[in-house]
Amino acid sequence: MSVLTVDGLWKGYEQSTVLRGVDLEVPAGSLTAVLGLSGCGKTTLLRVIAGFERPQRGSVRLGGRVLEGEGAYVAPEQRGIGYVPQEGALFPHLTVAGNVGFGLPRRERRSAAVEELLEMVGIAALSERMPHELSGGEQQRVALARALAPRPQALLLDEPFSSLDASLRTQVREEVHGLLRAQQVTTVLVTHDQEEALSLADEVAVLRDGHIVQQGSPVELYEQPVDERLASFLGAVNVLAADFRDGQAETALGTLPLRDSSVTASSGVVMVRPEQLEVQEVQEVLAGSDGSDDGIVGTVSECRYYGHDAVLRIEPALAAAVGTEWLLARVQGEHALAVGTSVSVRAHGAVSVLESEPLARPEAVVASPSPQDIQHD
Amino acid sequence: MSTFAPYTPLPTRLGRAWSGRRRWPLVTILGGLAAAALVLLPLAFLLDQAFSAGIAEAKQLLLRHTVAVLLWNSLRLTIACTALCALLGVGTAWLVERTDVPLRRLWAVLLVLPLGVPDFVVGFGWISIDPGLHGYLAAVMVMTLSLYPLVYLPVAGALASVDSALEEAARSLGLGPWRVFWRVTLRQIRPAVLGGCLLVTLGLLAEFGAFEIVQYQTFTVEIFTEFKLGFDAVGACVLSLVLVVLSVAALGGELALTGRGRAFRSGPGARRIASRVCLRGVRLLCGLAGLTALAGLAIGVPLGSLVYWMLRGNSTTLPPSSILADAGHTALFSAAAAAIATLLAVPVSVLASRHRNRLTIAIERLAYLPMALPGLVVALGLVSFTVRYAFSLYQSSFELIVCYAILFLPLAVVGVRAAVAQAPPRLEEIGRSLGSRPVDVFRRITLPLLAPGLLAAFALVFISSATELTATLLLRPTGVDTLATQFWTYTTNFAYGAAAPYAGLMVLISAIPAYLLSRRMSGLAAREPQR
Repeated sequence: MSVLTVDGLWKGYEQSTVLRGVDLEVPAGSLTAVLGLSGCGKTTLLRVIAGFERPQRGSVRLGGRVLEGEGAYVAPEQRGIGYVPQEGALFPHLTVAGNVGFGLPRRERRSAAVEELLEMVGIAALSERMPHELSGGEQQRVALARALAPRPQALLLDEPFSSLDASLRTQVREEVHGLLRAQQVTTVLVTHDQEEALSLADEVAVLRDGHIVQQGSPVELYEQPVDERLASFLGAVNVLAADFRDGQAETALGTLPLRDSSVTASSGVVMVRPEQLEVQEVQEVLAGSDGSDDGIVGTVSECRYYGHDAVLRIEPALAAAVGTEWLLARVQGEHALAVGTSVSVRAHGAVSVLESEPLARPEAVVASPSPQDIQHD
Repeated sequence: MSTFAPYTPLPTRLGRAWSGRRRWPLVTILGGLAAAALVLLPLAFLLDQAFSAGIAEAKQLLLRHTVAVLLWNSLRLTIACTALCALLGVGTAWLVERTDVPLRRLWAVLLVLPLGVPDFVVGFGWISIDPGLHGYLAAVMVMTLSLYPLVYLPVAGALASVDSALEEAARSLGLGPWRVFWRVTLRQIRPAVLGGCLLVTLGLLAEFGAFEIVQYQTFTVEIFTEFKLGFDAVGACVLSLVLVVLSVAALGGELALTGRGRAFRSGPGARRIASRVCLRGVRLLCGLAGLTALAGLAIGVPLGSLVYWMLRGNSTTLPPSSILADAGHTALFSAAAAAIATLLAVPVSVLASRHRNRLTIAIERLAYLPMALPGLVVALGLVSFTVRYAFSLYQSSFELIVCYAILFLPLAVVGVRAAVAQAPPRLEEIGRSLGSRPVDVFRRITLPLLAPGLLAAFALVFISSATELTATLLLRPTGVDTLATQFWTYTTNFAYGAAAPYAGLMVLISAIPAYLLSRRMSGLAAREPQR
């Protein structure tokens, strides 16, 4: 088990700079998800960590060993980092067993080690098949077993589940998760699926605009995102104006405790997740009854039913007083309400302050990298 | 724009670490440039020779009456042959791929077989049973029967892969079956038809042996005569340049025509296999009769007369033991040429698929250029070069081997290119992340993945070289015969019985690797779907 540290990584291509100072620390033995939109440089980050590409600046360390930076460069084959690409990329000329045994010393290739690995990923029966005879899920498992075979110190997974069907994805994901838990290998999982990141990872790091905007546990990220953009990337959100007093936020939905009591400003905006809203059906909307303790009143203007729960869009009777055109509330499926129903809305639980300005680093540009640093692809 | 972090000069060692990755492209680029230079060499010296006596002289040689006659001969032959080949190729492809005509698998094999028989052997087959077969119509017939598979093959492939949803959509929009074929199906297979017609045209322009046999005067025949009998190198070179211009014009014409309306599939979803047209009664009889007649004429007559002469020849004149020596020469020259062409195709393909830029694209295009260069032209270019600048190489086996390698470089590139696509760099990266050194990655991943393609390229060049006649006649070392040249000597002396074993051996040589190759290729195709 080794900690993987990425420090101030810059990587640019001829046309654009993809990574603009990425700092990432992957605790030893943890599964850390790097979450970002497609094209944000997630794959580039993995390829630099694996040693397939060289950054213009920055360092990569694994368990105290410098792999990149400070004048050092360790070749991919000497890093001890496993890599599972998006589509598996199995060697088409080798059987399943041949693929899994590829990274093992010659005498171990035909040993029980390969069988054990195949059993571990649940495909022992397929060991003599060729890659094209496997389904997508099976290929993914072989790729994982192949990467784990040489007992890497760290493992990189590049959107390993995105090419699978929705039904298969959940299953494979759970299995892989259990497997990695048991192996306790330091793992970086790259994904654009926030649900996948939140549910699988011990830590989530959000990559945006070429750097990590926030890293923390899934709960931290979901409850205390640094800015509104991130908050809404991780899930639906209500943004309310609030006055801060004694560690409390006074909002149109009532006075709510602040998660971070060290707020010094006197006012700002807070984030209330839809599941923090309590919705109650009322007989009719009484204009003026927006007493802060009873919650506010409004009308259901839209209802999205998902089975286990439902999301209501509620238009407050006095939008101006509340400061927002509509509120989103998540209720249990059985409490879904018809459009047009009059409701009262109340919030509970603690709220987080959102930076009013999205937290972004200044628009920075790599001092044009000299030509020999650019890989011509 | 502000800089986020102060710029620190990059450590110089970084540059050195990079060079490990950059050294390979350098070697590869040199290889690619060598291939390109080799292709340009005969062309350059053809020009050099043609204008060696001055522009006025060249102009005078160009504006001869003969040239007009040759142009007219080439034109009417090309039009008739290409049209007939298109008709036969599309018709047979449609019968085999889109109707329920019986014995489809057998027809699919029989229809392609003429490709395995050199055109001059087809000509021999006809002339040996009817010595009076001469002139335009004979040329049209022999060449059509030899070349129609060049249209059949791509069109059959295209017809098999046309999305029937398009045709069904057209039917649902109120079009009858014939109009659907005309307005939808034909549009879909158009690039395949045009591509096939281009190959037919290039084949016609390059052919020498068959025309010599049926005594039809084309550029190649005239060039050969002027050079070999009239010792007029300048005149031959001027005519060769005209031939190159015609070939390149055909290439350009095909490009211009296919540029519009490429076949593509819109939207995802599995392709549906088209239902076959039911042939009954008269239609079925017509279809079967047509296929039988074509197979009989294109394959039955040449092979039949070959067998006839071999049986007859054996009783009177046994093939001399020198046939073994000739076969040995053929195999040696062909193998050497195949090795060189395959070796040159590797950097060209690697550059074109992994380091795509203007230079590498130009190199790839140049490597395909010999497709449009008749063997006679390349040979003449090499002769012009060696006679004037490297006489010790003139009529050496090395010159002949290089000529084969240039001529069939496009075939090698096609094969190797497909193989390189099978070995994406991503797989090599994975191999390294699993702890293999670059050398081992090459040995354990790249080479096994490339091997089938390299083998295919080698076999293709070998077959083509073994059955090459025109350039061989011009370049073979004095006193050395190959199967093709010895066959030619006997045929031109009307010793058909003695010639037959040589032709039989050539057909065998090209048939066996072709068979192995097609099996290998189908194995590759089965392996291809990755997901």
